[in-house]
Amino acid sequence: MANEGSDTNTPATKRIDEPTGTEFVGHEWDGIEELDTPMPRWWLWTFYLTIVWGVIYMVLYPAWPLIEKGTEGVLGWTSRGQLAAEMDLADQARASVREQLARTPIEQITEDPDLLQKAVAGGSAAFKVNCVQCHGSGAAGSQTLGYPNLNDDDWLWGGDIGAIEYTLVHGIRQQGDDNTRFSAMPAYEGIFDDAQTDAMVAHVLSLSGKAQPNAVGADLYDVNCASCHAADGTGDRSIGAPNLADAIWLYGETPAQLRRQILAPRIGMMPKWEGRLDPVTIKMLAAYVHSLGGGEDFVEVSADYADALTVEADEQP
Amino acid sequence: MNSPEDWSAFNKVKTERADPLYQSAKTVHNKRIDGPFRRFKWLVMLVTLGIYYGTPWIRWDRGPYAPDQAVLIDLANRRFYMFNIEIWPHEFYFVAGLLIMAGIGLFLVTSAVGRAWCGYACPQTVWTDLFQHVDRFVDGDRNARVRMENAPWTLGKLSRRVFKLMIYLFIGFWTGGAWIMYFADAPTLTVDFWTGQAAAVAYITVAILTLTTVILGGFMREQVCIYMCPWPRIQTAMMDEKSLLVTYKDWRGEPRGSVKKAQKSPADFGDCIDCMQCVQVCPTGIDIREGPQIGCITCALCIDACDKVMADIGRPRGLIDYATLEDCEAEAAGEPARPAWKTLLRPRTLAYTLIWGAIGLGLLFALGVRSHADISVAADRNPPFMLMSDGSVRNSYTIKLRNMEGRPRQMEVALNGLPGGRMWTETISSENAAPRQDFSVPADQTLSTRIYIMAPAGTEAQNFTLDLTTLDAQRETDSSETKFSAPGDN
Repeated sequence: MANEGSDTNTPATKRIDEPTGTEFVGHEWDGIEELDTPMPRWWLWTFYLTIVWGVIYMVLYPAWPLIEKGTEGVLGWTSRGQLAAEMDLADQARASVREQLARTPIEQITEDPDLLQKAVAGGSAAFKVNCVQCHGSGAAGSQTLGYPNLNDDDWLWGGDIGAIEYTLVHGIRQQGDDNTRFSAMPAYEGIFDDAQTDAMVAHVLSLSGKAQPNAVGADLYDVNCASCHAADGTGDRSIGAPNLADAIWLYGETPAQLRRQILAPRIGMMPKWEGRLDPVTIKMLAAYVHSLGGGEDFVEVSADYADALTVEADEQP
Repeated sequence: MNSPEDWSAFNKVKTERADPLYQSAKTVHNKRIDGPFRRFKWLVMLVTLGIYYGTPWIRWDRGPYAPDQAVLIDLANRRFYMFNIEIWPHEFYFVAGLLIMAGIGLFLVTSAVGRAWCGYACPQTVWTDLFQHVDRFVDGDRNARVRMENAPWTLGKLSRRVFKLMIYLFIGFWTGGAWIMYFADAPTLTVDFWTGQAAAVAYITVAILTLTTVILGGFMREQVCIYMCPWPRIQTAMMDEKSLLVTYKDWRGEPRGSVKKAQKSPADFGDCIDCMQCVQVCPTGIDIREGPQIGCITCALCIDACDKVMADIGRPRGLIDYATLEDCEAEAAGEPARPAWKTLLRPRTLAYTLIWGAIGLGLLFALGVRSHADISVAADRNPPFMLMSDGSVRNSYTIKLRNMEGRPRQMEVALNGLPGGRMWTETISSENAAPRQDFSVPADQTLSTRIYIMAPAGTEAQNFTLDLTTLDAQRETDSSETKFSAPGDN
């Protein structure tokens, strides 16, 4: 229906509003009518200015999507380029800290709280990129998969900052690195019968008070296990033999899990990071892992440590 | 509607407009006037500009750890200082409360005295007034300025226009220059600014505010009030017959005619002698005799102008006056005018006053009882707990100790409800782990630190609290509940 409620659409009824002298637009709703007040001229100019602005912007910056890629704009600005420039700036800002870290021997980093804080922050970032895939974002590892928890005070190969850095640099059981940390747990599949294995499991659990001690297991342990894991089960960090007398279990603490670990042991490996990460980043990672709550004070490594390691490695078939 | 005749009619309407689509703004050359309202306007201008330019220079001693500027919005350190009040980001509701009070304050003023804000105190009004005085100073009063505008472009006109623009830019520059003083220590920033040491954002802000001040105050002027500002529209909805307006009393003034005509036949003419003084003094260039309109900012300069003329021709003052529509009707009907307090004290104004006052008192109360030390705890969720080699359980937390005093404070954090629990931090060795630890929190800072809490083997998952006590005369306390996670809990 045309002109319902209003008849002002035709020139014949065009009306002027008396007080303002302005024409009505011509529509009306429930008695409310609109005046056709002229726009201010500057408003029009502002509108033209926005168009000019838009044209200039389209020339200067990427604007029009084409089939292959968009127009690039004469300024050559890209969001990636801006990011790269900002990252460069950030790198430059970090350069002095990295230099200081490169100069400082690893065991002295913990003596400078300010430097340590920066190293831990940098290590935290590097950890999230390189380490979380196995050790988890909270560095809690995984008992199911056998990745060690880095937050606790139980260290397979040593928990002072130097030992941690050594592990990072050379890895554990890394093929092709002569200095890598190396040891192996023999498989007792076919060597122990069922009863012997059960006795072994019971004895190992008894070391941490989780089962009653038994003579058969104790004898078997003394002969087969004590040379690496020590008579009281406290292990040997120089060869990465885990402590069996504490509350922490790398592969699980149920009799079934222990049985499996005795008969067909799983042995973890960690890649070496030398050559993949720069020395400063490795130092920062060491500082971060050390700071997670289980870090130990630095202990001077005896000269024959490396020799012992080589001997162990050589003994492997 | 679809028939050709209808469309032709439609097109005809579009082509036969009486008004043009656009019209140029006409420069308002308002005439100088003196009178009570003008003098009040001078006073308000002096006070508001004085507050704006002077406030950043007021000093306020807060001791060695906080800035000594009375009003400072310290964006870099996220602090807002206002005399003896210091607002932290988490207390931004105080600022929100102040903004709500400002809004309701505008409602209150509008319902009590109409558009008084627009007429006297709005920055747009104050700066426009200032720039119009510059015009008068450079080019003379209204008639001289109209002549100047219509004059051809001679060297003299050009030099006057350039001179005027220089003054505009000078005022704009000082406006922007004063603005940045609220965001940094004013004396230091002034020196830095003139020696080229200040941050780029300071120069950019001054440049932008110089431009906007000159454009809005020097050129746009009343166009801002009429076309840009939403406030006149909102006020239109708030006006009623009891709102105070600047009103031309047409029953007294009409029909208007010259003094001579009126003297010849007094019975045929009203008091208005059509001298146009009210139009010429108007800073927004309207004719108040056309009735209430959006362009009227109720600055009352026309009242001053008209009263002067009425005095000259021996008529009572107030042909144009502050009046409510109700008063006008009563006066037109010959009834006595209602007393002014009845206009001011209405249920609506009282309600606004009550709301405004209640928010203000609420804010003051909150400000008075707020704590100057508190603790917040966030438990690390990854991993939630850590089994140690001796079977004990360790959790780690990030705690934030907030010290809102302008001096360093010692604070004690104590474990409450975790039997056998001991805590240490990255800086307090685990050998010194204890159920309570002291922290020194720097002045006016939040100390964020990671803490480790160890509980003996067999501890079950449970809630506990960390209790904060400040180790000073105030002994302020706060506590935060959190969870201790343990094996078997997941």
